[in-house]
Amino acid sequence: MEKILELQNLKKYYATQKAVDDISFSIEKGSIFGLLGPNGAGKTTLLRMITGIFYPDSGIINLDGKVFDPLNDILKIGYMPEERGLYKKMKIGEQALYLAQLKGLSKSEAMEKIKFWFKRLEMESWWNKKVEDLSKGMSQKLQFVITVLHEPKLIILDEPFSGLDPVNANLIKDEIHGLAQRGCTVIFSTHRMEQVEEICNHIVLVNLGQKILDGTVANVKQQFKENKFRIQLAEIPQNLVSSSFELVEQKEKQLTVKINEGSRSNDVLEFFLQQNINIESFNEILPSLNEIFIHLVEGTKSTTRAFQTIND
Amino acid sequence: MNKILLIAKREFLSRVQKKTFLLTTIGLPLIIFVFYGMIIYFSVKTTDNYKIAVADNANIFNGKLFNNDNEIVFEFVHSPLTELQKDLATNKYNAYLFVPENYTIEGKDTLQFRSSKAMGIMTRDKIQSRINKALEEKRLMGLNISKSQLDSLQQEKETINFTSANGKTENETKVGVSYAVGMISGFMIYIILFIYGTMVMRGVMEEKVNRIAEVIISSVKPFQLMMGKITGIGTVGLVQFIIWIVLVFGVQFGITLLFPDLVGNLHGQPMQPAGMQAAEAMKNSGALNGLIEGLNTINFPLIIGCFIFYFIGGYLLYSSLFAAVGSAVNEDPQDAQSLLLPITMPIVFGMVIMTKAVNDPNSTIAIFGSLFPLTSPIVMMARVAHGVPEGVSYLQLALSMVFLILGFLGTTWVAAKIYRIGILMYGKKATWKEMIKWTFRNN
Repeated sequence: MEKILELQNLKKYYATQKAVDDISFSIEKGSIFGLLGPNGAGKTTLLRMITGIFYPDSGIINLDGKVFDPLNDILKIGYMPEERGLYKKMKIGEQALYLAQLKGLSKSEAMEKIKFWFKRLEMESWWNKKVEDLSKGMSQKLQFVITVLHEPKLIILDEPFSGLDPVNANLIKDEIHGLAQRGCTVIFSTHRMEQVEEICNHIVLVNLGQKILDGTVANVKQQFKENKFRIQLAEIPQNLVSSSFELVEQKEKQLTVKINEGSRSNDVLEFFLQQNINIESFNEILPSLNEIFIHLVEGTKSTTRAFQTIND
Repeated sequence: MNKILLIAKREFLSRVQKKTFLLTTIGLPLIIFVFYGMIIYFSVKTTDNYKIAVADNANIFNGKLFNNDNEIVFEFVHSPLTELQKDLATNKYNAYLFVPENYTIEGKDTLQFRSSKAMGIMTRDKIQSRINKALEEKRLMGLNISKSQLDSLQQEKETINFTSANGKTENETKVGVSYAVGMISGFMIYIILFIYGTMVMRGVMEEKVNRIAEVIISSVKPFQLMMGKITGIGTVGLVQFIIWIVLVFGVQFGITLLFPDLVGNLHGQPMQPAGMQAAEAMKNSGALNGLIEGLNTINFPLIIGCFIFYFIGGYLLYSSLFAAVGSAVNEDPQDAQSLLLPITMPIVFGMVIMTKAVNDPNSTIAIFGSLFPLTSPIVMMARVAHGVPEGVSYLQLALSMVFLILGFLGTTWVAAKIYRIGILMYGKKATWKEMIKWTFRNN
C-alpha cells in the first residue's frame, strides 16, 4: 500500500517539556487513521508539525512520497484544529470564500466548491447569516465544510464530533467514510474511543510525547486480549475447578473465565461437555480500546499537561 | 504576498463596512463642526436692539457715546431715577445708566447700570467697553493728550530683527506658526499610534478569542496574518485621515458658501472680547499679515511628506508590537493593560520630548528623541515644522528615517516571533519574560 504520510524520528522539545519525543509512524493512502492519547500527550504538537504550523526540532516528514514543504503543500492538507472558531460578525458565505481563498483557491474555484458542499450538507440558506446566529453544531458543520472544501489528500480532524448531535455526527461520519473511499486519507484525533473503534482502521497511541501503540484496531485488540471467554450455560455444574481455566466472574448462568497459559479454548469446552452440560454460547471477550487506553495510560501521571523536565 | 493582500482586504472591508466607521469618520467631524458653528453663531448674534437710557447728570459723556451699530443704542435723557425705573418697567428702555451729579472721572465711584433682565456676557462686554472708551478719552483729555497722540505712541514699538546664522530672517510669528504646526502634527501622530495600534491589538485578540487563529494559521504563515492585519488597518487609518482632511476643507468651503455674512461677521468680530482686542491689535501692527506670511514660509509639501512617512513608519513600528501583545493575552482586556505599559511608555516619552523639541528644535534631547526610532515619529514632526535645515539638518532627517525603517524591521521581527507562538497559546497570559524567551526560540 502506498503511504501518504511518513514520520521519521520526529522530535519537538519545549523549554520545560518534551512535547514530541522521537515518534515515527506511517499512514496508508485512503485509510482512516486514529491518533489517540491523553490530554497533553503531544497530539496537538504532532498535528501542528504535520500541518506545517510548527517545524520539528529534528526528524523527517514525508507527504505523498516527497519531503513535506509547509509553504506549498497547504492545498494538500485540510486541518480542523481542536481550538477552532470563525469570525463571528462575518457572513457565512463570505467567510467560507475567504478561508478557501486563503488556502490558495481562486475565487471562482472556491465559489463552485462552496456551492457544491453547501448544497450537499443542506446549508444553502445559511449564506447570508452570520456565525453568531448559528448554533454550536451548525458552526461545527461549517468548520467541517471549510476543512474539506479544497479536497485535500490529507484531512486532519481534531475532535470533529464535539458539540454535534447524533444526527449531524452521523452525517459527518458518512462524509468521512465517503472521503476515504474517494482516496482521501483522514487523521482523526480524539479521546472518544468508541468513535475510534467504529471509524478507524489504524491507530497510534501517544503518551508523554512517545508512541506506545501502533497497529490496526483488530491487531491491537488481539495484542491486548487476556484470553477471557464468556460462557452461557444451561445449568451451573457442581464442580467449577479446572486446571485449564480460572473463574473470573459468575452471573447466574453466565460465566466469565480466563484460560490458563498452555490451555486452549477447546479444553474449556471439553470440561463442560464431559459434565454433559449444555453450552448455549461461548465467546471470546476482546478488550475495548477504552480499556486498552486506560490500561496503558493509567499511572503515568498524564492526565494533566505534564511538564516533564529534560534530563539529557 | 498575495495572501497578505487577501487578509488586508478583509481587514479593511470588515472595518470600513461597519456602521461605526461611517459614524466616526463622517459623523464625528460633522458634529464637531456643527457644535463649533453653533457656538460662533450664538456668540455673534447676541443682542437685537438693546436700548439704553443714559441719564448723564454730571455731563461726562458730553452727550455722545458711540452708536456704531444697531445692536446697542444709547439715548441721552434727563429724567430722574424714579422715572427711569418706570421706563424700565414699561419696557421703554431695556436698561438705564445713571450718572450722579457729583460723579467725577478721576474718582473711584462706580456707575449705576440697571437692566430689565439679565444680559449676556457679550452684551455686557460691549457696553462696558464703549463706556470705558468714552471715559478713557475724557481722562486723556484731562491729561492734555489726545487719542491720536496716544495711538501713534503705541505704534512706535521697536521691532527686533531675529536672523538665523544662514541669513534667513525669522520673524516671531513664523516661529509661532512653526510651533503650532509642529505641535499639532506631533500630537496627531501620537494619537494615530494609540488609536490604530490598539485597533490592531484588539483585532489580534479577537482572532485568538474566536479561536479562528489556528484555522487561518493552517493555511497562511503567522507572519502573513500579522502583516495582513497591520496593512489592512493601516489602510483604514489612511482612508479615515484622507476623508477627514477632505471633510475639513469641504465643510469650511460649504460654510463660506452658505453663510457668507457669518464668516464676514467672524472676521469682523471674533467671538471673545479678548480675541477681538488681539485681532484688532494684530491688524494695527500688521501681525495678521505676519501670520499669513509665517504660514507661507512653512514648507507644507515637506511637512506633509514627512507626516505621511512618520505616520506610516511609526504605525508599522508600533502596530507590530501591539499585535504581539494582543497575541500574548487572552479574553481579559485587563491582562493587556499590564503588557502594554512597556509599549505606551516610549510613546508618552515621545510626546514629552516633542513638547520640548517644539520650543528648541536643536537641543540635545530633541536630537536624541528625533533619531531614536521609538520616539522619532512624534519628535521629528516638531523639528521638521521649524524647517530644514533650520530645525533639523538633512543628515539628521535622513538618519532618523533610516533608523525608523531599521526599527520597524526590528520590532516586526521580534513581534512576529512572539506572535506566532502567542497566537496558539491558550490558557494563561504570557509574561514579558516568556515573550522574550519566545523571541530567541528557533522557528
